[in-house]
Amino acid sequence: MAYEGLLAGEIFEDFAVLSVDELSRLCTVDRTYIIELVEEGVLHGSGSDATDWRFPGAALRRARTALRLQRDLEINLPGVALVLELMEELGQLRAELAGRR
Amino acid sequence: MEFKDYYQVMGLQRDATEAQIKQAYRKLARKYHPDVSKEKDAEARFKDLGEAYEVLKSPEKRAAYDQLGKGPRPGEEFKPPPDWASGFEFSGASGARDADYSDFFETLFGGARRERGFASGGGFSGHDNEHHAADHHAKVLLDLDATLEGGARILTLKLPQIDGEGRLTTQERTLNVQVPKGILPGQTIRLAGQGAGAGAVRGDLYIEVEFQPHPLYRVDGRDLYLDLPVAPWEAALGASIKVPTPAGTVDLKIPPGSRAGTKLRLKARGIPSAIPGDFYVALQIALPPATDDKAKAAYRAMAEAVPFNPRTSLGV
Repeated sequence: MAYEGLLAGEIFEDFAVLSVDELSRLCTVDRTYIIELVEEGVLHGSGSDATDWRFPGAALRRARTALRLQRDLEINLPGVALVLELMEELGQLRAELAGRR
Repeated sequence: MEFKDYYQVMGLQRDATEAQIKQAYRKLARKYHPDVSKEKDAEARFKDLGEAYEVLKSPEKRAAYDQLGKGPRPGEEFKPPPDWASGFEFSGASGARDADYSDFFETLFGGARRERGFASGGGFSGHDNEHHAADHHAKVLLDLDATLEGGARILTLKLPQIDGEGRLTTQERTLNVQVPKGILPGQTIRLAGQGAGAGAVRGDLYIEVEFQPHPLYRVDGRDLYLDLPVAPWEAALGASIKVPTPAGTVDLKIPPGSRAGTKLRLKARGIPSAIPGDFYVALQIALPPATDDKAKAAYRAMAEAVPFNPRTSLGV
């Protein structure tokens, strides 16, 4: 396959500020699902209510991971929140362990 | 076409009950889910598992599949029988969302999926905005140099594509991408206008980035860590030694009296950014082997000259 010309990549997390609607479109989910993720504490939006919540770009990857976990492992939202927290902790412990070896 | 033994994929006997199938799926899904698993081939295993479950959980599909027997003898090509699936109706609403199935699956069960139309999206879609439905997501493993220097990389991405018959297939797409300097694992490269579609409704391509493990450096946030072996006398007396860093070899001063685990910082030599990360050198004390008489004599002389009990903290 022929290579296309050089494409300039940008770091999404550096500039993205997402509304509930933008985030839900990017995840192809209904906005109510994003609101549920916020209510469960999986995502944190700044702003007082859902219409002016603003999410950092990193929320995209987190929401997509939550979505995959929920869909593929058939776990409910509190379960997803717990898995994400434990995975974060595991990541920190692994990093710490790598530093001690 | 390669025959898929779905029972083998799920570790089940052919007479497994529905409950056993569900149980096996859940157990293996937790083990191989690419977001959770540390297994090397997790992604491929999870894909096979999803496909196997898709067939075995549906009584119609399973019954049809069972008619095929155990597949061809090793080395023989599998061909579906001419009367394949006559009398079966694969109608049950299945989770065929954005799954990408093998040729084997598509040949046997793909027709039903096409008729249903796969864009139904189960419970999660429903918001199929024309523009953003054309966004694509992919994952890539980058080498550390890509973020340190921000160079061009040829990325081969596996992307879901819809073919002319409305089937979902995986296609490889090779792109020449200028990797943004300073990108971290867990971040995303966006390539505007490189998703699916055409013209004004062309979507974007989002590439999730992870790093390949580096043989020397460990990444922690923006900081890099190097384990640096030093000789006991270098640690005790101090020394100036050569250290590899991403920007080239530097001379590093080891202060006298350094201990194992001491971390020395080289400021702003980590992953670049407005506030760049640092480069840390963690000292490890390597003992010279006492294999010849000279070395043994030196150790003995030191034992006599230096009163030293490394176990005082143990009270012995």
